[in-house]
Amino acid sequence: MDQPITVSLARSFGLSEEEYDRVLSIMGRTPSLTELGIFSVMWSEHCSYKSSRFWLKTLPTTAPWVIHGPGENAGVVDIGEGLAAIFKMESHNHPSFIEPYQGAATGVGGILRDVFTMGARPIANLNALRFGDPSLPVTKRVVDGVVRGIGGYGNCVGVPTVGGETNFHPSYNGNPLVNAMTVGIAEQNKIFLSAAAGIGNPVVYVGSKTGRDGIHGATMASAEFAADAEEKRPTVQVGDPFIEKLLIEACLELMATDAIIAIQDMGAAGLTSSSVEMAGKGGVGIELDLDHVPQREPDMSAYEMMLSESQERMLLVLKPGREAMARAIFEKWELDFAIVGRITDTGRIVVRHQGRTEADILLQPLADQAPLYERPYTEPAKPSSLGAVEDPVGVIPALLTLLACPDLAAKNWIWDQYDSAIGGQTVKRPGQADAAIIRIPGSSRALAVTTDCTPRYCAADPESGGAQAVAEAWRNITATGATPLAVTDNLNFGNPEKPPIMGQIVAAIRGMGIACRTLDFPIVSGNVSLYNETEGQGILPTPAIGAIGLIEDAAKVVGIALKPGLDLIVIGARRGELGQSLWLREILRREDGAPPAIDCALERRNGDFVRALILQGEVTACHDVSDGGLLVAIAEMALAGDTGANLLPSPEGTAPHAFWFGEDQAGYVLATSHATEILDQAKADGIPAARVGRAASDHLTLANGNAISLRELRIANQRFFADWFA
Amino acid sequence: MRAGIILFPGINRESDIAIALEASLGHKPAMIWHRETDLAGIDLAVIPGGFSYGDYLRCGAMAAQSPVMRAVADHAARGGYVLGVCNGFQILTEAQLLPGALLRNAGLRFLSMDCFLSVERTDTVFTGQYEGHKIFRAPMAHGDGNYFADDSTLDRLEGEGLVAFRYCEGDGLVSPRANLNGSARNIAGIFSPNLRVLGLMPHPENLVDPLIGGTDGKPLFDSLNAIGKAA
Repeated sequence: MDQPITVSLARSFGLSEEEYDRVLSIMGRTPSLTELGIFSVMWSEHCSYKSSRFWLKTLPTTAPWVIHGPGENAGVVDIGEGLAAIFKMESHNHPSFIEPYQGAATGVGGILRDVFTMGARPIANLNALRFGDPSLPVTKRVVDGVVRGIGGYGNCVGVPTVGGETNFHPSYNGNPLVNAMTVGIAEQNKIFLSAAAGIGNPVVYVGSKTGRDGIHGATMASAEFAADAEEKRPTVQVGDPFIEKLLIEACLELMATDAIIAIQDMGAAGLTSSSVEMAGKGGVGIELDLDHVPQREPDMSAYEMMLSESQERMLLVLKPGREAMARAIFEKWELDFAIVGRITDTGRIVVRHQGRTEADILLQPLADQAPLYERPYTEPAKPSSLGAVEDPVGVIPALLTLLACPDLAAKNWIWDQYDSAIGGQTVKRPGQADAAIIRIPGSSRALAVTTDCTPRYCAADPESGGAQAVAEAWRNITATGATPLAVTDNLNFGNPEKPPIMGQIVAAIRGMGIACRTLDFPIVSGNVSLYNETEGQGILPTPAIGAIGLIEDAAKVVGIALKPGLDLIVIGARRGELGQSLWLREILRREDGAPPAIDCALERRNGDFVRALILQGEVTACHDVSDGGLLVAIAEMALAGDTGANLLPSPEGTAPHAFWFGEDQAGYVLATSHATEILDQAKADGIPAARVGRAASDHLTLANGNAISLRELRIANQRFFADWFA
Repeated sequence: MRAGIILFPGINRESDIAIALEASLGHKPAMIWHRETDLAGIDLAVIPGGFSYGDYLRCGAMAAQSPVMRAVADHAARGGYVLGVCNGFQILTEAQLLPGALLRNAGLRFLSMDCFLSVERTDTVFTGQYEGHKIFRAPMAHGDGNYFADDSTLDRLEGEGLVAFRYCEGDGLVSPRANLNGSARNIAGIFSPNLRVLGLMPHPENLVDPLIGGTDGKPLFDSLNAIGKAA
């Protein structure tokens, strides 16, 4: 591979001309191919956050319960009893379009490694998925492959997949989003970080062998797609969940000793980013001898080994003298173990291969002079409000249409392919509560976990949509009785070099920041995925939010299932906001107006009120009001509990369709046998609350006598996936 | 009565079944690594669910060839008790300790959901505590749970009363609709002729706690206390 190193080669590696000039000035000479490769991946959008870093810094990341915020492999929060929850969400969008099964599978594998590399045993996986128009054959292929890939990987490693969300929109036709989240548990005094230390200490490679897969994956993830996306298949990695399972067990076994100084998974940009980041964070140098790297294929070059994104690999710095003990653990688990280098005091990364020095780069400027762009942006225009709209179909027919639409259709076709019970701690499985509930092994405590985002709101008003995504995650945790703790974000946007797209990013982050501050809900980890465009068409802005909450007594958790004889109470004002609602899109085929107003102080008041009621045992079931509005929420509760309801009339002054399908925020439906006490308490506390019906029979019956059987609702709700994959 | 859990690389439900065994038997089961060749002191060998060796060749095929499985076969030959769940059931058929095979699910998809099982006989050390309530719920989580055997084997299993569990509906009706993975004659689990080896696909170990979905699986583990008392 004796390619001449030129500016045009640099450009094909994703570096701009200006960035290449900066490489030349740091190096003081023309870089070698391997060096150019290292610069290009470290300075890719994926690794450097060069377009988003300026704005990410504005987000709140601290709270008394935050142990480690952004900057480590994952966020770490205190959950009491000496334990910490470690969690993060990360995208695998581009690979999941090119090769859906492996793209999604390796997305799961990568996020698992980010969590167990810090010493946590993973206890839950979630996935936020966005797909294109279901009428396109490619969408069906992508959905099938992504779901099989997530299941294939997660089921085999033995981590329950307990939650997530799935939306469809044509803007994702050529660019689906696969955002995978993992939550793990560790002891607070056994958390492992990535900063290398100790001059002369051995650098150890463990896990799978290195192959030629995924070379320049991080660069691919930082570029738009053209029609030739299929040709990029060789940049997609191939996952091996069996090896990952062995790697989890071997790493946790080694972590129980005191041998590890630093550990980092080889994720995007593989050996390059792990070695550069570990040495850089420790303020030391690192020397690698690639002759010792376990290799899957013959005659790999230094360039290929440094840029390979082969999966299931980790890099460790060990204390001296612990090599033999560590090797025995990895050999027991039948994994490769190789000492590939050592820590130095030079502040440089030096890569040797077959007696030649293939790279020699000073680490500090590689990090400090990484590009940081405050890209020009245009502030998104605020949408005008919708105004009054007529109901052309009636409430019951609209409910049937909504429950049948792809976004609201029952998602059990998806989660029935994921093992959600493994581990024996799943208190609430998918569909049983607003957030999945996982008990902490050996404790009465449980974590509530969820992912949320409403991309159509974000497209209409990125600031309000960014805040709404955070608020909905907070609400979903609250609706189970848990207290929201912290957030991981996965910011999916189009090309940031276009000012309107950059404007979406800036506004969404601003909205998220406002919500996180008001709700005391810090962002402790995250990932940015830009250039989600195909043929110049960007996706809907999708700042996906993953969040966790804590409940001290898992027995107090409530789900959404309605039971006969309970009163239904709605908490929160229902003004009937239909702008950007699913009703508007599915019934009138319009995607316009302003999304529902979001007021996080109000969210907090209403949510704290609801959580207190749940913890006092006054609530049997609770569901937040979100997509589809109040009647969809009640219908979902009815289907989950196989119990119908007789509903009261909609209030005077609000059109029935606006009342039942408006997507006003800060709302919850409670099913309770303590209605009078709750309404009195709400009145005393100034919380809007109203009786909306009573659970009975096997029909949903409106006050005007119009009714629909649960059987018909269930058929409508199940039809979409049943027909699609018949 | 001592239980021991056999561990192969890729097994992943060992802690689930350890919790269930400990809750019913009152002792922590021993953990037995696949390189062991001796089951001394173990009355019940338990092979848990998972993906032994990634299930890359055929589910259970690699594990069936490992050293510890020769010890399990000797244990069974001596009249020892063996319980295989999910991948454990697949391993027992691959090791020919139970007849038949587990094929890909009829719909060619992984199935993770609760199913109902009818208990075909309660006069065994695995099922004694189901006397009086012979239908129970259990999660299934498998891609290859479609029980297959030739007709003469199936006839023999049924004739000798060696079918342990069948997939059924909530009311106990053994129907095609309840047979989600396409198993021959709705078979979800079978016994060896001496009723001391049981293999089943669903996971009763994941329903042993009222907080975690219910206790439908607990009687199976409670039943095992009969082992110490049985001859």
